[in-house]
Amino acid sequence: MQSSYSRRYILGRVALYGSAILLALWTLAPLYLVALAAFSARQATFQWPKPLLPTDFSTDTMQFFVNTRGVIDSVRNSIIVALVTIAGSLVLGAPGGYALARFRFRGKEAISLGLLISKMFPTAILAIPLAVAFLQLDLYDTIWGVALVHIAMALPFVIIVTAGIFVGVPRDLEEAAQTLGCNRVQAFLRVVMPLALPGLVAAAIFTFVISWNEVFAATILTLRNRTLPAQVLTALNDSPLYYRYAGGFFMIVPALIFIFLIRKYLLNLWGNIAR
Amino acid sequence: MLRPYHEVLMRSKLDSLLPYSLLAPTLLFVTLLIVVPIFQAFLLAFQSADGSFTLANFQKMANDTSFGDALKFTFLLLIFIVPLQVVLALVMALLIHTRFKGHTFFLYIYAIPLAISDLAAGIAWLSIFTERGYLNSILNQLGILEKPFLFLSYQNLPAMFGTIVVAESWRATAIVMTILLAGLQVIPRDYFEAADVFGANTLKRTLFVVLPLLRPSLQNALIIRTIFAFQTFSVVFALAGRVVPVMAGESYNWYVTNRNPGIAAAYAVLILMFTVLATWFYFRFLQTSAAEAGYD
Repeated sequence: MQSSYSRRYILGRVALYGSAILLALWTLAPLYLVALAAFSARQATFQWPKPLLPTDFSTDTMQFFVNTRGVIDSVRNSIIVALVTIAGSLVLGAPGGYALARFRFRGKEAISLGLLISKMFPTAILAIPLAVAFLQLDLYDTIWGVALVHIAMALPFVIIVTAGIFVGVPRDLEEAAQTLGCNRVQAFLRVVMPLALPGLVAAAIFTFVISWNEVFAATILTLRNRTLPAQVLTALNDSPLYYRYAGGFFMIVPALIFIFLIRKYLLNLWGNIAR
Repeated sequence: MLRPYHEVLMRSKLDSLLPYSLLAPTLLFVTLLIVVPIFQAFLLAFQSADGSFTLANFQKMANDTSFGDALKFTFLLLIFIVPLQVVLALVMALLIHTRFKGHTFFLYIYAIPLAISDLAAGIAWLSIFTERGYLNSILNQLGILEKPFLFLSYQNLPAMFGTIVVAESWRATAIVMTILLAGLQVIPRDYFEAADVFGANTLKRTLFVVLPLLRPSLQNALIIRTIFAFQTFSVVFALAGRVVPVMAGESYNWYVTNRNPGIAAAYAVLILMFTVLATWFYFRFLQTSAAEAGYD
């Protein structure tokens, strides 16, 4: 009895860890391979068959990519757009999130539902008319135009996330601060903000990822002032494979860092937003 | 320090306006950058040069040779990718939820594709599926293939389609997993045996206890992935170029290549229509309430 139980237990463990490792390999393999391709020499693209281990590590391909006309500019544009998106969506969205978390008021359900719906709209239906409008407003082919659209795309998420964060800050603390002589703004800044800060930082990082990865609107709304994904996408057809590998790898790196930074908030951010 | 009574009264009046003023900037912004553009998209799609109503853009769109293929491939991708994602994500979520030793490490690994764009995902898989890519290299070294197999050629359309399914499933499975895992955590732990998922009893428990309880999360994952499947675009461009046309890609082409905002907007309206229909379908036939799908 005892030994058959323990044999089943061991088999179960082997199956459990076996599947977990297999799924991890499935997730990591493409990342490893595109990194391998990005850090091989350019001629290695045409090598056959390709080695699967980094036997001839080289920064040749990455150097070529970074020195290609427009790439550095597009990276700078991507970073500016993402930072403006973070600032804009938090400044606009966090007060809204606070309102949804703290108050009961008429129209709250309607506003919540409206926000929920607004994140379902396809990018195309926003980007195409906005490109036409931006032409008239002198916002076409500017990173500010792209940032405006990214803020609009990020806002519903930011409000929902910040509402969740503010719900987690006990109301009693805020009221205690007010009875002790703080006004509403002081109570918010001195008591609520410090407690909400880690979550808000995670929300900011999440917003960065949304903006950094956005392709469709960025490509439609720009011509020369590309963001990195727009630059890589428009070059897909007439760029060598090694350029694409390097571009792909370049876009993936910040994503990896950010996942690591907000790992504790993963489920709260993506898991609950989507609910 | 107590406040005078009239000050408290004034505050409560102000307080009733406070939530609205806190939400006002957002509502204004959303109106200008989401609501107005949607109206304009409809105008672009349905208005002729002299301002009268027209279906000419939709006729031109439907008469284009790529239209039928774009519809077909968009829906085929949806049909193949969404179930694959849900099954893979469910396995991942259930595994992580057993909280075996080291489960957080695996969770982080499974979550990595969350932060990767569909363009980057397409490129990563391009390095695998291209003619002299890593998959052909592996198959060659295993002695299975002498010459490279052309996964990404219009002559092997099913294979090409398969590579898109693989790449997009790989990327978006992580999103579904977090939704399901967040849903699993709400289910009281008594329902689970912490130990092996693989005994027959545990399998039955998973099928008959856990899955029904997980239904709201499963439905939401389905809605979200279906909606975004209509927008599949750059992963297809990276792997197949225009050999496999999809709706969002056609919208892009009409705008960027053919400089025709009217037909591009017509595609956008079509995508929106499918989005609304799919959402309606799921709500109607899977009976999720708005409150469940939204936030509580």
